[in-house]
Amino acid sequence: MSPAPAIPELAPESYDEAAEMLRDTPSGAGVRFRGGGTKLGWGQPVRDVDRELSTTRLDTVLEHNEGDFTVIVQAGVRLADLQAALRSKGQRLALDPPIGEGSEATIGGIAACADAGPLRHRYGSPRELILGSAVALSNGAVARSGGKVIKNVAGYDLGKLYAGSFGTLGLILELALRLHPLPPRTVTVLGRSADPDRIAAAARALADAPLEPEALDVRWIGGEGAVLVMLAGDAAEALATRARSLLDDAGLEAETADDGDAPWATQRAGQRSAEGAVAKVSATATRLPDVLRAAERHGAAVVGRAAHGVSWMKLGPRSDAELVESVASLRRELAPSPCAVLDAPEAIRERIDAFGLEAAPERALMSSVKNRLDPLDGCNPGLFGEAL
Amino acid sequence: MRSLRDACGADGVVTDSGSLRTYESDGLTQYAATPAAVAIPDTAEGVQAVVRACHQEGVPWVARGAGTGLSGGALPVADGVLIVLARLRRVLEVDLANRCLVVEPGVTNVDVGRAAGDGHLYPPDPSSQIVCSIGGNVAENSGGPRCFKYGFTTNYVIGLEVVLPDGELVRLGGKEVDSPGYDLIGVIVGSEGTLGVVTKVWLRIVPAPEETVTMVGFFGSVAEAGDVVSEIVASGTVPAAIELMDKLTIEATEEVAHAGYPQDAGAALIVELDGPREECDHKGAGVHEAMKRGGAAEVWRAADAAERDRIWKARKAAFAAMGRISPSYYVQDGVVPRTRLAEILARIGSLGEDAGLRVANVFHAGDGNLHPLICFDPERPGEAERAEELAGMILEVCIESGGSITGEHGVGVDKKAHMPLMFDEPDLDAFHRVRCAFDPAGLANPGKVMPTPRLCGEVPGPARRHPLERDGVIERI
Repeated sequence: MSPAPAIPELAPESYDEAAEMLRDTPSGAGVRFRGGGTKLGWGQPVRDVDRELSTTRLDTVLEHNEGDFTVIVQAGVRLADLQAALRSKGQRLALDPPIGEGSEATIGGIAACADAGPLRHRYGSPRELILGSAVALSNGAVARSGGKVIKNVAGYDLGKLYAGSFGTLGLILELALRLHPLPPRTVTVLGRSADPDRIAAAARALADAPLEPEALDVRWIGGEGAVLVMLAGDAAEALATRARSLLDDAGLEAETADDGDAPWATQRAGQRSAEGAVAKVSATATRLPDVLRAAERHGAAVVGRAAHGVSWMKLGPRSDAELVESVASLRRELAPSPCAVLDAPEAIRERIDAFGLEAAPERALMSSVKNRLDPLDGCNPGLFGEAL
Repeated sequence: MRSLRDACGADGVVTDSGSLRTYESDGLTQYAATPAAVAIPDTAEGVQAVVRACHQEGVPWVARGAGTGLSGGALPVADGVLIVLARLRRVLEVDLANRCLVVEPGVTNVDVGRAAGDGHLYPPDPSSQIVCSIGGNVAENSGGPRCFKYGFTTNYVIGLEVVLPDGELVRLGGKEVDSPGYDLIGVIVGSEGTLGVVTKVWLRIVPAPEETVTMVGFFGSVAEAGDVVSEIVASGTVPAAIELMDKLTIEATEEVAHAGYPQDAGAALIVELDGPREECDHKGAGVHEAMKRGGAAEVWRAADAAERDRIWKARKAAFAAMGRISPSYYVQDGVVPRTRLAEILARIGSLGEDAGLRVANVFHAGDGNLHPLICFDPERPGEAERAEELAGMILEVCIESGGSITGEHGVGVDKKAHMPLMFDEPDLDAFHRVRCAFDPAGLANPGKVMPTPRLCGEVPGPARRHPLERDGVIERI
């Protein structure tokens, strides 16, 4: 077999140009979208790729309305660059997903994949921060929704639909986002235990406490676990003292972390894997002990947002057959909690239903949305597998 | 009609013209239409049976919660069916361990709050919360004073059971968040009943704040108070609520609320902080200082719950009090970027003068959500028309400033004609496509939200390649 021909990469400089490139894709062929390229291994491999559309040249911060705590950015703006610009004004986008070794991840890609990090605990996923959107649709239109003010209920809230749609409805070109003040300081407290039930009990005590933490995470690796909590504000130290005593009361060995960001960098890193795979489990918070025990059985490391019940299990290197078997048995053991497979080798992603959508009861409705917005199935076709 | 009785029982169907009139309007009474029948099912299956019957007969329908909406979203379709959700009012589950409530749509907002108990909070608090239903809150993506800090209904809905316009019942999300696939919940919340009827709602709750600090400062002018709002927010403080009242509102409310607000004040600024004790103490001192520095003649800080209630009493009485100073009034709901508040209020003031109408302002200042109350006397010829015209001009000012035609009341029938101010044809087309994905027959709350009626065309089948074609075995010629 001859090697596959290189896929032409197109990098439009304007929204209209992007929409035209999308519209001009031959019928039956697909366009793959690319931001920073850090999450191309999520979902099933995009099929019938005729061209790749990159947001590289759509990389302008269009407005920073400092007093309004809002920003309008083009999709190709890298999160790290935006944060650096905002930091100098004492502001931030309260979103801290893993951004790749070279900080490549773009706002558009993060939103399309609904990716988030530990700050998710208090500030939510991209959906919570998106105020407005402009998207190129496959009919060549540039469609906007929402606005740039933090409160607005005019029209359908399509920003939320595009967030997490993995580019299967259209290409995100621009987003208006809500910003938050950078806290004057933060303190991180950590409690350790090797008992999954204690970890869960401590996490619940903190989730119910009125301390308004920025982040509340758990981790589990090799039979040892920890609960991590980030307190912020002028009273961060006082809040940290209270958090520490809650961890003590739950029977954990509590301590204050010296380097504020280091433990959180570890948490973010736990959401990605260069080898093996990551299974993202959406469980209820009370199922945390089940998740940790399942991880232990499968030799997986876990990081998770304790109060939301979302966990990432890193399944280390193993043969393709073993990986497929691990995923299948995890899904069985943790049913009915959904379990999506991220970061798996392409050979695996071709073989499994990565998002577990094939059996989803709302699949018909999702297909209907897809068919109306992208009737020729040109946008990242096949990423959700045969389900949509 | 028989299928409606089968679905709802004989006492669950209203058809006599006297009783039907009760339902001809929602909270926006200038629009009225009499439905052919009102169906009041008491189960999700009943709702499903009604919707299915409508689907089979091609009859349009409108879902209605408590009917407190202010944009005519629950205005019936003449000769259609009005589905009233008032009998679906059970709290189905209180799961504090997972900080989740499961309720039926007819439960009132305030009862949702009660179900959360003392240790937890369901934050969205629209001002009609004593009577408005959670189903209506979901349809309108309701806010309220607290949403500046806590967010809107859409930030708290984690699961929905929905009857789709073809009568299918689907469950989306639930206690487990981030389920893969499209965020259909995010589209349905705020869709104003045009995509289906919600029959069950999963809501996220948060720990109740341990401390609440409530203050009110009195200023010479709204502009002065507006500057203080900007300063407070710029300092990194995120108050639970920031409410502003102008002179006319202060005067009107005093007669009703007797809160003792100084009658010579040009503006009253209410700021409420909540959260951890240590943080509230610190931030409270900062807000107090900012008010003083910003020119407040007086600042009150509530020492206890009774004093807090007194401060809020005036704000909460605002709409009702307007009836005392004006025979009728029109509540507008527009949004502007917060930093342009003072400038835009001045413009609204001069537009009011030009129209010869008094405009009272009471609003959520933190998020720039204005509620100008346009006073008019329907007995005076031409005044109602001038009020409507002024309301429209105010929206244009909001849009010019980069804002929105509605912050929390919704588009409904009232603002659909203003949608093109904010959205161009491709934007409206995308909305329409989404609507068609849920409701191809166009039976769910037709005539709302979209500026002009449109039909859903057929969708061409997806032009996917045949697997053999993909593998290069066969070729398309």
